[in-house]
Amino acid sequence: MSYFIDRRLNDRHKSEVNRQRFLDRYRTHIKRSVEEAVNKRSITDMERGEKVSIPARDISEPVFQHGPGGKRTLVSPGNKEFVEGDRLRRPGGGGGGGAGEGSASNQGEGMDEFAFSLTREEFLDFVFDGLELPHLERKALLDLEEVRPVRAGIAREGVPARINIVRSMREAQARRIAMRAPIKRALREATEALEAEERKDPVLRNPARIAELKAEIERLEKRLDAVPFIDTYDLRYNNLINQPQPSNKAVMFCVMDVSGSMTQSHKDIAKRFFLLLYLFLERNYEKVELVFVRHHTAAKEVDEDEFFYSRETGGTIVSSALSLVDEIIRDRYPAHQWNLYVAQASDGDNWDDDSTTCRQLLIKSLMPRLQYFTYVEITPHAHQALWEEYESVQAEFPQRFAMRQIVEAGDIYPVFRELFRRRAER
Amino acid sequence: MTRRKPIATGSDWNFETLTAYEREIARLADEYRLDTYPNQIEIITSEQMMDAYASVGMPIGYHHWSFGKQFLAVEQAYRRGQMGLAYELVINSDPCIAYLMEENTLMMQVLVMAHACYGHNSFFKGNYLFRTWTDASAIVDYLVFARRYVSECEERHGVAAVEQLLDACHALQNYGVDRYKRPSPISAEEEARRQAERAEYLQSQVNLLWSTIPEHRLSNGPEHDEEDPLGLHQYGRYPAEPQENLLYFIEKNAPLLEPWQREIVRIVRKLAQYFYPQRQTQVMNEGWATFWHYTIMNRLYDEGLIDEGVILEFLQSHTAVVSQQGFDSPYFNGINPYALGFAMYSDIKRICQEPTAEDREWFPDIAGSDWLETLHFAMRNFKDESFIQQFLSPRVIRDLKLFTLVDDDQDEMLTIEAIHNERGYRRIREALSVQYALSVREPNIQVWEADIRGDRSLTLHHVQDRRRPLAKSVYPVLRHLHQLWGFPVKLLSMEGEEVVRRYQWPLPADVEARG
Repeated sequence: MSYFIDRRLNDRHKSEVNRQRFLDRYRTHIKRSVEEAVNKRSITDMERGEKVSIPARDISEPVFQHGPGGKRTLVSPGNKEFVEGDRLRRPGGGGGGGAGEGSASNQGEGMDEFAFSLTREEFLDFVFDGLELPHLERKALLDLEEVRPVRAGIAREGVPARINIVRSMREAQARRIAMRAPIKRALREATEALEAEERKDPVLRNPARIAELKAEIERLEKRLDAVPFIDTYDLRYNNLINQPQPSNKAVMFCVMDVSGSMTQSHKDIAKRFFLLLYLFLERNYEKVELVFVRHHTAAKEVDEDEFFYSRETGGTIVSSALSLVDEIIRDRYPAHQWNLYVAQASDGDNWDDDSTTCRQLLIKSLMPRLQYFTYVEITPHAHQALWEEYESVQAEFPQRFAMRQIVEAGDIYPVFRELFRRRAER
Repeated sequence: MTRRKPIATGSDWNFETLTAYEREIARLADEYRLDTYPNQIEIITSEQMMDAYASVGMPIGYHHWSFGKQFLAVEQAYRRGQMGLAYELVINSDPCIAYLMEENTLMMQVLVMAHACYGHNSFFKGNYLFRTWTDASAIVDYLVFARRYVSECEERHGVAAVEQLLDACHALQNYGVDRYKRPSPISAEEEARRQAERAEYLQSQVNLLWSTIPEHRLSNGPEHDEEDPLGLHQYGRYPAEPQENLLYFIEKNAPLLEPWQREIVRIVRKLAQYFYPQRQTQVMNEGWATFWHYTIMNRLYDEGLIDEGVILEFLQSHTAVVSQQGFDSPYFNGINPYALGFAMYSDIKRICQEPTAEDREWFPDIAGSDWLETLHFAMRNFKDESFIQQFLSPRVIRDLKLFTLVDDDQDEMLTIEAIHNERGYRRIREALSVQYALSVREPNIQVWEADIRGDRSLTLHHVQDRRRPLAKSVYPVLRHLHQLWGFPVKLLSMEGEEVVRRYQWPLPADVEARG
């Protein structure tokens, strides 16, 4: 006797718990692997998961096994030229006959690395593990687009998918009772009248009256049957209304110096930093917009490609970029609707007198509206005027203003982690 | 024979065609007297197949990171196309659960039904090892019990504590079987009913064993012994006989385990016992299933129930399954159990039907006998080791061109000891049989002494086989054992009566450091 069961629709993640147990157990290994990967990856690459390797010996499950040595006899197939008593040199100098080792110990020994893939989500979880976005705020209820349907009682109109069956049936029953009661009463009266008439002496009976009553009863019964079991009038629908939601969106300004002193490797470092920040914001907000502002002596809003790959030369005036950001915020991203983040990357060069302007611009106009401002200076050299001015900004807004120095690509991730470390740990 | 119309052609299948084929296969299987458990055939997706892989084919199991590791490994290999998933997976249970992947073509589904639902299934039901060691009707219930019990323990004692315990048990699970004693069958109901009772009883037993008050000595102590002034050895060694079932010994005797920990040791032991026959009948089991799918598919074709397209597709697939690479091929991965098993069963059939003079000399009992009867006899009463010893014919040795190679670390050269010729047949047969003997494949390790009146250390003996030492993994395993036992653990490698190597945990340095 046999029977078939179609299990294809069943749950397909039976092993999820075990998988998570594994990831938890080797958290530190995986994290190390992920950190390496983050530093190696190119910018467009963060969208996928990651292959992670753990040294196999760290995760092996030991059992008692025979080690190399001693005397062993191995039966193998496919003899072509050997005859009994042949003596052979040991292949590769050591170990057994090279051939049958696989069956003797197919675990552990053979492979050095245990490799597997993390999904994108798992990967990013590890990347941003323990990090927190400072000053995340839900902005005011203004934007009409930001609505979410919520349940709001029962309505008479709606789409079939949202019929409330219990309420509809209750309505139908009430209506049936209401509509049938008078008919039933009339029917009962007519029946009684008919019986009274029929009980009379045959001589006294009024055949016309009987016929009339019978017709009446028949008519009433038809009417009773005609009361519908359920009517469109009875239908009730679960009502949904659109409720405005606090805006949960952010805009991230990437500001970069593209003057002659910024080399391509500087830009790559900046790019990775921006990318990390973007991914991080993306996980915290439903919608993240990006604005790219680059500057040398003048600032310009550009698209991503141009931002990262075009070369400019000339001097540097940082304030030009900051005032452009300020302008864009004023025009397009009112602070009560948007969470505003600025990430600036530069090599620290600035026109001599400009740094003071920058400070004033930041303190007076930008910082009060921003959620967070991060400044990374990509330089192995000593700091210049800009850094010093920014330090005074930081003193004024210690919670919202962060600045770090990056010397080489390997610093990016540690610096990023430091900037967004969970507050409680500080 | 009248040829009928094919039930279906092409590669698409649906449940009607599968049911129709299943009925035909059942009819043929019946003709060949394949006695099976009822079949529960489940169609699953490839993802579900990976899940099933990860839990060693069990439909349900307790949670443990090692299964997650297994899953990730399978997933990785599958995603990168390094490995195809098995087309089928079958569980020794009653009813016998077989998984069919939805990606399979019609031919594959029919093949898999013949292979798993009638081949493996009848093997599970007929082979003596499975009959002795497993209880097909109870396994699924027992797994449910185990899973629930383990997750209750996780709630009560924490995931980490349970995980650590399971790690330790897994390290010893190959030593959780009484090889020479018949086990009592496992039954979930009974387990659940007796569990609490047993926990209490066990603990009282252990307490008795480890009780530190030397009652006997006070009442009727023997003469004072200069060699043993404290009388630590006066009652002889404990256990009196060496114990090969390490997990059983731990479960019953480890001084510090809590009752729930003993129960988990027992669960791992019982599940290891369930897999014990499978590890010993790989060649026989796969060979049997392959032989029958081959026979049944050909019958289906002969009767016209499958068309030329399907049978050609089948032959291609079957050929791949039973191919045996030579030892020098880059694809060589040991002896293919499908190939060896299929060759042996096919050859038994040939010996019965068309015996040659050689066969009559080698197999006087079966040459010319009823092939079906002989095949069933061979399937029922052997394991790989004895099956090869009994039935590996010169013909198969010649076909596979088997040879034996001796690798001795005291000899700087390797020696070819035997090849497929008159002088070599018996030696090859002997060597191959030994190669499949579990007792030779795994180091022979037994509990020698638990020093219950002294420092409570546990001593194991490893009886060396042809001077083969233990691999380095011995230390982590001893660490796990130490965790279960709670007191120092020693392992002595013995060559005859002589101790050739000592291992212990904690390492001597640790002991000294602690004073």
